[in-house]
Amino acid sequence: MTQSSYIALTYWDMAMAASLILINGLLSFAFRLGLERTLLVAALRMTIQLMAVGFVLKFIFAQTSPLWTIGLGLIMVLFAAREATARQTRRYKGWWAYGLGSATLLFVGLLGVLFGVGVLIGPDPWYTPRLVLPILGMILGNTLNGISLSLETLTMAAQRERASIEARIALGATRFEALSVVIRQSLKTGMMPIVNAMAATGIVSLPGMMTGQILAGVDPVEATKYQVLITFLIAGGTALGAFVAVLGGARLLTDDRHRLRLDRLEKSLR
Amino acid sequence: MLRAELLEVYGLDPVSFEVAGGECLAVQGPSGSGKTVLLRALADLDPVAGRIFLDGAERNGFSGPEWRKRVRYAAAEPGWWGETPREHFSQGEGLDQLVTTLGLKTIQLDQGLSRLSTGERQRMALVRAMIDAPSVLLLDEPTGALDAKATAQAERVIARQLKKGRAVILVSHDPAQIRRLATRKLTISGGRARMGRA
Repeated sequence: MTQSSYIALTYWDMAMAASLILINGLLSFAFRLGLERTLLVAALRMTIQLMAVGFVLKFIFAQTSPLWTIGLGLIMVLFAAREATARQTRRYKGWWAYGLGSATLLFVGLLGVLFGVGVLIGPDPWYTPRLVLPILGMILGNTLNGISLSLETLTMAAQRERASIEARIALGATRFEALSVVIRQSLKTGMMPIVNAMAATGIVSLPGMMTGQILAGVDPVEATKYQVLITFLIAGGTALGAFVAVLGGARLLTDDRHRLRLDRLEKSLR
Repeated sequence: MLRAELLEVYGLDPVSFEVAGGECLAVQGPSGSGKTVLLRALADLDPVAGRIFLDGAERNGFSGPEWRKRVRYAAAEPGWWGETPREHFSQGEGLDQLVTTLGLKTIQLDQGLSRLSTGERQRMALVRAMIDAPSVLLLDEPTGALDAKATAQAERVIARQLKKGRAVILVSHDPAQIRRLATRKLTISGGRARMGRA
């Protein structure tokens, strides 16, 4: 359904767009925000990272081996897991700080791609990187946000509500009974962004993927169909990711004798 | 009834003692000496080395929740998770009677917890700890926030629990209260626990 209206950008167009960052720089300078250096680094990072991924994707799209698709997918999962736990106020000690996020994202990413690409879209071959990798990226990007918010709520609320959680444990509650209030709070926080996004999509904002497809010349109705599919995949992935991470996190916050183990958390150095 | 063998509580030398059914063992010592961590260890709220037996059965033979239904810890500063006291009781049998015996009104069971005074909340926590008849009560300064009248009511309720054959381990800073309720006392000082008469 691609139309012939796609207009390729030149490097000169990109350079002209980059000049807009000067507005940020001037504002920072005028109001003495001290952000000039940070802005420059962030703008350079964004450009270099996106250009690099563009060339990597071009290379991988040209390959016919599923190993390239799976390999890059795994790298994406590992980076997403790092981001999911990188800014936690309190994080799990040792390997679990990273393991919980990566295990959850691997599980959710795999399920999302299998269902979204394998079952719904059904390309031939099944590992078509042009479909698998962008969809995996969108699922991971949103799920890591849900996981990050859920785990932050879980660990902070467990610390804050320690007295009431231990009161329930002392009365003979199991770990999940004792943490039920905190678990509910955490799941709600994790799912809130995607619920808000779904409610605002189409009226307040046009999603990036749909906009990109329209700019590339795809029929808007066809672009919408893809966007609806992706949004549901993201919603399901976020809910599943938050659920798995919170249950796993709650289990790690307690031990086999159903004791609250806040000693398994440490303050993040960041 | 409850026997601790070489319990390695943080900050204390290994401690062993036993408390029988119907007996109140007092625990006294300066603030920060380890009284609360000892009670928490007995309730299996913190991992500690050593062995604890209830009526001859070792703690590890019970799941954590099963153990804590029998060996009940009531904290000096009780925690709450619901809006009203009633939400914290899984059973209603004997609830009204226990509430009134402690000088509270049954209508307070349905009032917001924020409307209760510190002393009223402490008595509600005492009711919560006793209502489902655990074998052993580990009471951490249960009358710390109470006036003389409410303290006497709380002591009568504790004495009644002893008559029913329950064992009580009581942390208290009040020597007179220890004499009224306990037969023996465990004095904790300088990282050591020493058993003596109350």
